Amino acid sequence: MNWLTNTVLPKIRALGAKKEVKDNLWTKCPACAQMVFQRDLDAAQRVCPHCGHHMRLGAKARLEMLFDDAQWTRVPVPDVPMDPLKFRDSKRYSDRMKEARARSESPDAMTVGLGRIGGHPAVVTVQDFAFMGGSMGLAVGEAFVTAALKAVSERCPLVVVTASGGARMQEGILSLMQMPRSTVAVQRLREAGLPYIVVLTDPTTGGVTASYAMLGDIHIAEPGALIGFAGPRVIEQTIRETLPQGFQRAEYLLEHGMLDMVVHRHRLKEALARLIGLLTVREQVQAVAEIDIPEAAPTAN
Amino acid sequence: MRVYLDFEKPIAELENSIRELERTAEGGNVNVADELTRLRAKAEAMIRTVYGKLEPWQKTQVARHQDRPHFEDYIGGLIEEFVALAGDRGFADDTAIVGGLGRLRGRSVMVIGHEKGRGTEGRIKHNFGMARPEGYRKAIRLMRMADRFRVPVVTFIDTPGAYPGVDAEARGQAEAIARAIDCCLDIKVPLVAAVVGEGGSGGAIAIGAADRVLMLEHAIYSVASPEACASILWHASDKAPDAAEALKVTAADLLRLGVIDEIVPEPLGGAHRAAEDTVRSVGDAVGRHLDQLAGQDPNALREQRRRKFLDMGRGI
Ligand SMILES: [Zn+2]
Repeated sequence: MNWLTNTVLPKIRALGAKKEVKDNLWTKCPACAQMVFQRDLDAAQRVCPHCGHHMRLGAKARLEMLFDDAQWTRVPVPDVPMDPLKFRDSKRYSDRMKEARARSESPDAMTVGLGRIGGHPAVVTVQDFAFMGGSMGLAVGEAFVTAALKAVSERCPLVVVTASGGARMQEGILSLMQMPRSTVAVQRLREAGLPYIVVLTDPTTGGVTASYAMLGDIHIAEPGALIGFAGPRVIEQTIRETLPQGFQRAEYLLEHGMLDMVVHRHRLKEALARLIGLLTVREQVQAVAEIDIPEAAPTAN
Repeated sequence: MRVYLDFEKPIAELENSIRELERTAEGGNVNVADELTRLRAKAEAMIRTVYGKLEPWQKTQVARHQDRPHFEDYIGGLIEEFVALAGDRGFADDTAIVGGLGRLRGRSVMVIGHEKGRGTEGRIKHNFGMARPEGYRKAIRLMRMADRFRVPVVTFIDTPGAYPGVDAEARGQAEAIARAIDCCLDIKVPLVAAVVGEGGSGGAIAIGAADRVLMLEHAIYSVASPEACASILWHASDKAPDAAEALKVTAADLLRLGVIDEIVPEPLGGAHRAAEDTVRSVGDAVGRHLDQLAGQDPNALREQRRRKFLDMGRGI
């Protein structure tokens, strides 16, 4: 288990160094209702030490957790048109965006990082549910496309960590168009022969699930994560019945063949490192084949 | 019996008087020809005015009109030698999406579309055009087959959205839609899509990531239904007209945003007033685009389609 030395310890050090105030805070676990000391919760990557419940994790913490030595560089994402529909409900979308940006370290709900996982170069792109419910609009689409094309140019795998309520309604049809758009990005990876791994976290629903989140070579989910196309409330309203226990949870999807595995957050980096290692033998095989072919030719004669 | 929408009330009153007058004329020798001509001209002018400035919420109702031509009408009016093909080869035949081979203006095509069904029984049979995973998987199977035999694909979009049910989720609704979009963007034969009624979210784009996307004048195409959007963002489903306005769901909006390629005009007073004319107009437009796409290099065609979606929204 080197998540402790690679990720947790640097994080504790970082916390000790700059964020003393945060140490006094307590968080109530939404699953078991126990109070958890903030510092302990962060050190445990926001997994409840009492019941194992996986709480939502921000993009920065997630990237630090997954990359070796918590080292990564941000991949810049090109700007996209702001508020293309001039959308307004009870509030202006542009005002909602200003508020969301003021609370966030990122300009939108997806952050792209480049680093190493178990020594292998990798691009990891993380969706942050805290930013407008991780909703997918032009900016998330642009970030995903940027991440995929970066992986192609670096000849390395892409890992996406999803967390989203679905399409960003305030960008209307342009949000829907991020589904085919991100799909083209996945096809670019596929045709470049690069692994594409999806890590589904709580919650992943709607247009995100129905596009890039279900097109991975490998699908991993965190325990208990809600994953589906339609949200549970919409389904309940349609069928007018109470939903079965555990419905649309990670374990349910595993049972129904939609996932390869459900992995505890503390073992996620390890799992990714192993999978990436196993999937990136191609260059070795090609190198061996190039040497073997001329030798094989005379014996065929 | 013509079915009138709420906003068509003045039209309904006028047309009812016309019908009454026609009956009177049949019965006796009263000369009402002049009066009839006058009233008919007045009705036409009124329809022209009302339909010339339909609001997005009114268009939503026109797009859902029960007499609007459905997939089966397009098949009946446009496709010769139609052979329906059923089943996803895994679980079931989902009739919310219908498909098959046939000839459009002499050209062999694979036709796939949503069917909402007519009448209570028909609507239940076709699940109101809301497909389960098997529907999308059937569409994938047919698109792959078309690709193998170099047959172009034509899709007709008319769905409230993918079915939100326990069974659909259990069998991978999201994965089925994702794979269908993937398939649309993977085949190397021409793909022309026509949004003829309601383009409902993921259920629509599943068969809509096409080389050319055409849209009927009063059809709508949206990330969410105005009702769903209103209940999510306004927390009030009676705000659907506001949501329809804000979401930009009309053909004119989508053309401006670069999401669709062409608007197919509807007959005066909407497609439901003249189904055959509508079907013919759609057929003309689809045929023209198939002609343009025919003979293109398969790899270049696919790359163009991918580029189109990759660049979408960037230049707004
Ligand atoms: Zn707990």
